[in-house]
Amino acid sequence: MKYSALALLRGALSGPDSWSPAWRSPEPKPEYEVIVIGAGGHGLATAYYLARNHGIRNVAVLERGWLGGGNTGRNTTIVRSNYLFPESARLYEFSLRLYESLTRELNFNIMLSQRGLILLAHSRHDLDAMSRWANAMRMNGIDAELLSRDEVAAAAPLLNLSPEARFPILGGFTQRRAGTARHDAVAWGYARAADALGVDILQNCEVRGFTRDAHGGVTGVETSRGPIRAGRIGIAAAGHSSVLARLAGFSLPVTSYALQAMVTEPTKPALDTVVLSPGTGAYVSQSDKGEMVLGASLDLFPSYAQRGSFALTQGILASTLAIFPSFSRLRLMRQWAGIVDVVHDSSPIIGPTPVPNLFINCGWGTGGFKGIPVGGWTLAHVLATGRSHELAEPFQLERFYTGRLIDEAAAAGIAH
Amino acid sequence: MMLLSCPWCGPRDENEFACAGTTHIVRPGPEVSDAEWGRYLFFRANPKGVHRERWRHVYGCGQWFNVARDTVTHQVLAVYRMTEPPPAVPGEGP
Repeated sequence: MKYSALALLRGALSGPDSWSPAWRSPEPKPEYEVIVIGAGGHGLATAYYLARNHGIRNVAVLERGWLGGGNTGRNTTIVRSNYLFPESARLYEFSLRLYESLTRELNFNIMLSQRGLILLAHSRHDLDAMSRWANAMRMNGIDAELLSRDEVAAAAPLLNLSPEARFPILGGFTQRRAGTARHDAVAWGYARAADALGVDILQNCEVRGFTRDAHGGVTGVETSRGPIRAGRIGIAAAGHSSVLARLAGFSLPVTSYALQAMVTEPTKPALDTVVLSPGTGAYVSQSDKGEMVLGASLDLFPSYAQRGSFALTQGILASTLAIFPSFSRLRLMRQWAGIVDVVHDSSPIIGPTPVPNLFINCGWGTGGFKGIPVGGWTLAHVLATGRSHELAEPFQLERFYTGRLIDEAAAAGIAH
Repeated sequence: MMLLSCPWCGPRDENEFACAGTTHIVRPGPEVSDAEWGRYLFFRANPKGVHRERWRHVYGCGQWFNVARDTVTHQVLAVYRMTEPPPAVPGEGP
């Protein structure tokens, strides 16, 4: 069914039963051409682009829990491409451009809101680093604009603009094309579009092992719903990448951490841009429902528990109130965490693994949501062709042996 | 909030400590291959379950020590000094 104003009108007249489910819940087939492990944004996008770009429709997406229930449903929904190195700029900008046309592409409103992202400079050194950063972005062909203190004040007047503030605001820079998108809608839109092209989405289907041929290559998976054979397998499991790699007999340069976020009770519109203060760690936007969405720092010890520690919650709130003092009147409504796959250079890994026929898309760490379209696009490319996509070539596992890291944590000065 | 027991100071709140990742990693010699060196620098088991890691009581005595901790429940299974042999803990895989 094509969603449109006319379909909405027809649905309104004929009642809720006239809507069909957005995707099927099929039984697993004994064999698929390609299996993608993980029905989060990256896995579903991979399946969609396998069908759309490469004509491979005999595809299953396997999900241990429910669709979009991992980090896709737990992030702070911000999209941007403000990276420093040319390799990252190309990758993330491609992703943002796909986001810009995604609603139309998927016939599903992902509620992309390009409300801009402002990074705050709290010191002379921040100002210098941000001019370098913004200039690097412009050299890479990406929009970036340095802001004076007054321009920041005009854009977000609730900020603590006092010169006496613990973290005085001296200026900053913005990427105006950055913004937010409805995270669930991204997963649902890709799921629905992939399903329409023939992809089977198998929820409550946990991968428990891999079957191998005489040369060690994978030939299928053992799951909680029985064995399924496949020609090629892609892993898009974020914080659980190491668990799957271990089942397949290799290790990754990944450490899993809990990344926290939280929302306040809904309030009237008060902040129409995204504000990030690298100096304090505060990362704030207002959702369409009116909640202040507060991200996000890592609990810096390995964790697979999808909750954050209270010690860090306090830290995030203190940072947020340091730059938005008036938010102290808001009550916190929910706090949660997702398990993210952090690598040493804060850049993803998209390509082959040491195991034949097994490919991986991981290492997005704290910044996976904005990478969903390009992560799916490039993993689909390597699954379909056996060759890494041009955009993903610098982002191979080999870089941890050759030393050619793409250290965005050091370059851009923020983890993601 | 985790409660960690520093071997010197006793039980203290988690925010007095800093975790420095996997412990018991042995540095290979300079003669090893790039692949071996890469594995030493970057590749980790990252287990879902028992993880042996080193912590430092940063905002306390400043000492380093080892912890065996479950990464799913955050339960601390053993705390031992850097020079002590690792004690066996339940639930540790091969």
